[in-house]
Amino acid sequence: MKPRHKRALLIIAALAVIGVAALLILNALNSNIALYVTPSEVAAGNAPKGQAFRIGGMVKDGSLKRDGLTVHFVITDLVKDIPVAYTGILPDLFKEGKGAVVQGRMNANGEFIASEVLAKHDENYMPPEAKHALEQAQKNGSKQ
Amino acid sequence: MIPEIGHYALILALCIALIQGVLPLVGAHQGRREWLVLARPAAQTVFFLLAIAFLVLAWSFYVNDFSVLYVAEHSNSQLPVVYRLGAVWGGHEGSLLLWIFLLSTWTILVAQLSQALDEFMVARVIGVLGLVTSGLLLFVLTTSNPFMRLLPAAQDGRSLNPLLQDPGLVFHPPMLYMGYVGFSVAFAFAIASLLSGRLDAAWARWSRPWTTAAWVFLTLGIALGSWWAYYELGWGGWWFWDPVENASFIPWLVGTALLHSLAVTEKRGSFKSWTVLLAITAFSLSLLGTFLVRSGVLTSVHAFATDPRRGIFILIFLALVVGSSLTLYALRAPKSSSGSKFSASSRETFILLGNVFLVVSAGSVLLGTLYPLLIDALHLGKISVGPPYFNSVFVPIMIPLLVLMGIGPWTHWKKTDLLTVIKRLWLAGLVAVLAGITIPLIMGEFTWLAGLGFLLAFWVIASGCLQIARQAKIGKPTRSFMGMQVAHLGIAIFVIGVTMVGAYQEEKDVRMSAGETVAVGGYTIQLQGVNVAPGPNYQAMRGAFLLMKNGKVETTLYPEKRSYFSSTMPMTEAAIDAGLTRDIYVSLGEELADKSWAVRVYYKPFVDWIWGGCLLMAVGGVLAMSDKRYRMKLRRAS
Repeated sequence: MKPRHKRALLIIAALAVIGVAALLILNALNSNIALYVTPSEVAAGNAPKGQAFRIGGMVKDGSLKRDGLTVHFVITDLVKDIPVAYTGILPDLFKEGKGAVVQGRMNANGEFIASEVLAKHDENYMPPEAKHALEQAQKNGSKQ
Repeated sequence: MIPEIGHYALILALCIALIQGVLPLVGAHQGRREWLVLARPAAQTVFFLLAIAFLVLAWSFYVNDFSVLYVAEHSNSQLPVVYRLGAVWGGHEGSLLLWIFLLSTWTILVAQLSQALDEFMVARVIGVLGLVTSGLLLFVLTTSNPFMRLLPAAQDGRSLNPLLQDPGLVFHPPMLYMGYVGFSVAFAFAIASLLSGRLDAAWARWSRPWTTAAWVFLTLGIALGSWWAYYELGWGGWWFWDPVENASFIPWLVGTALLHSLAVTEKRGSFKSWTVLLAITAFSLSLLGTFLVRSGVLTSVHAFATDPRRGIFILIFLALVVGSSLTLYALRAPKSSSGSKFSASSRETFILLGNVFLVVSAGSVLLGTLYPLLIDALHLGKISVGPPYFNSVFVPIMIPLLVLMGIGPWTHWKKTDLLTVIKRLWLAGLVAVLAGITIPLIMGEFTWLAGLGFLLAFWVIASGCLQIARQAKIGKPTRSFMGMQVAHLGIAIFVIGVTMVGAYQEEKDVRMSAGETVAVGGYTIQLQGVNVAPGPNYQAMRGAFLLMKNGKVETTLYPEKRSYFSSTMPMTEAAIDAGLTRDIYVSLGEELADKSWAVRVYYKPFVDWIWGGCLLMAVGGVLAMSDKRYRMKLRRAS
């Protein structure tokens, strides 16, 4: 094979790999992104439908109720409240009055069924998404 | 007074590091020998000063000097001595000091072990490392001084995050950093040879053992981190595609590509530009990793309190490093494709293909990691990219790579008759197919993914064994040959572990009271009871679980839920019964009503093979480094 052909072959092979990877990436990005939504946006009906998403906010004081392994609580941005249900073991730092992020879908009764609950690993740390939700709500509140 | 000595040592180190960074480079450029010879003593002085600073910080932790802000924030008088020392790098400032100290350690190692090398080259390498050291020292002194005083002194410290009070933490960061920082040596060699215009096989031979050493440390560091997350974070998984994990994994992928590409450059003189580019990229990605982890732009276990100045400083530093080295690359990289010619079916082609897969996979992981940041920066909303993205992109790219791994080592430089290779490999193919079919059936359920995993793993193992047998017949295999085989075997062992866990693990969250049992993976686990158990700086609720198989008690597991006195944060300490073929993992959730507990029980088949595989890769790296042709160099050096 001539060197020129050889180089062309190598370039084609490399491009093919990159092309396939790009297809995989686009496909995977499309179906595996979870949007962060604030409780106010959920209450206004702006949450994505038929797709998992994340809510950031505070766990409302006194809202935690246990029912066997299932936990019910309310996540709030201090303006709107969203009821959440989760089955399983909560992370160590999950606490009423602290920030948390939940991922999952809304069910027909307006309850958010969480498949994952994230609380961060330092007691003095607030997830940026939870903080963002509180700030957003405060800003909108002061405008009204 | 003592902390001020540390601070003063850092300032002096910055001054000397600037000398180390500027004079040898200018001297090499202008041919002034009297400036060149400054490189080694300057590097040694910087190392000495940084060692003082590091010891001073460790001392402040040891004597509980809570008038030092960093100590007050990360330690506590009740903390056991071991963790007080581990706390030296338990936070942002200390871990950066560790970074720089290790960088300086690498620098003097290079200075000491490269006496046989041309003095212009050594001066340039030390000079580039000096510039990097200065940049980071400037960063520490301006934004993250670990010796900042707290006046009046605190009564007691805030204590180390309980998660970090673990032997794993004492070793994980230094290992990982040795790897990260080690790529700076490959980077310095690449820049030095671009500056001198001498990109030759000698340059590749010199960088190879250094790059391998860095890669070994990085491999061990990542494996330790993964192991720590498995048993300490209480999640029971071994990899989460957490952005911070990715930040260490991306340089590993590029570093692996660099190792292979360096082999071609050393043996055949080809791929020079590509190798240089990889060296620059690997180090830039290490810096990017540091930026991502330490700036707090990412939400993760590793994110410390945020200070935007820090993020901006590292970002500017990163831009300078990447910008200047790429400019130099554009100006100086070999214009015409030099090196010897090779055919389309040659070892060069296989290594190049492997490189393409590694780099593309690194790119896809990088994209998934940065995408949320990008979207946020453009104000398009806040999103998260989850593990499914990485699994569905990364895994398919690894499949052809593993296929290549079975064939590549059989090929020759320049030209290979692929038909001969296939004739020699049919047995490996047969073994692989049989393993892919029978192992899933033995495990009880056939899935295509599991079958594929075993097929690929055994393809690599069988191909390696065949080749070792063949090589042994011809003569004694060299250490670098055995190193490659062991490292590839490590990958195969790792793939077996991943496949087993992925396909056959069982995870159960259940509610249990004393006397109740739960069945998992053929075992029965019974809760005996949960009692109070005191610890040195915490109080724990300790559960006792009997692990039984076929009615026979094998062992008792004691998972704990700890409350540390110095923090309100509870800590889950899982109990693991580890074994060669499976781990049983039990952790306590919360206490529920009427004395029952939420309990998490996992059955993880072959999970320890994951870290065993990483260990083998590291052993392979060490074997390759100890090859005769590098040792001769050392002997000449001494």
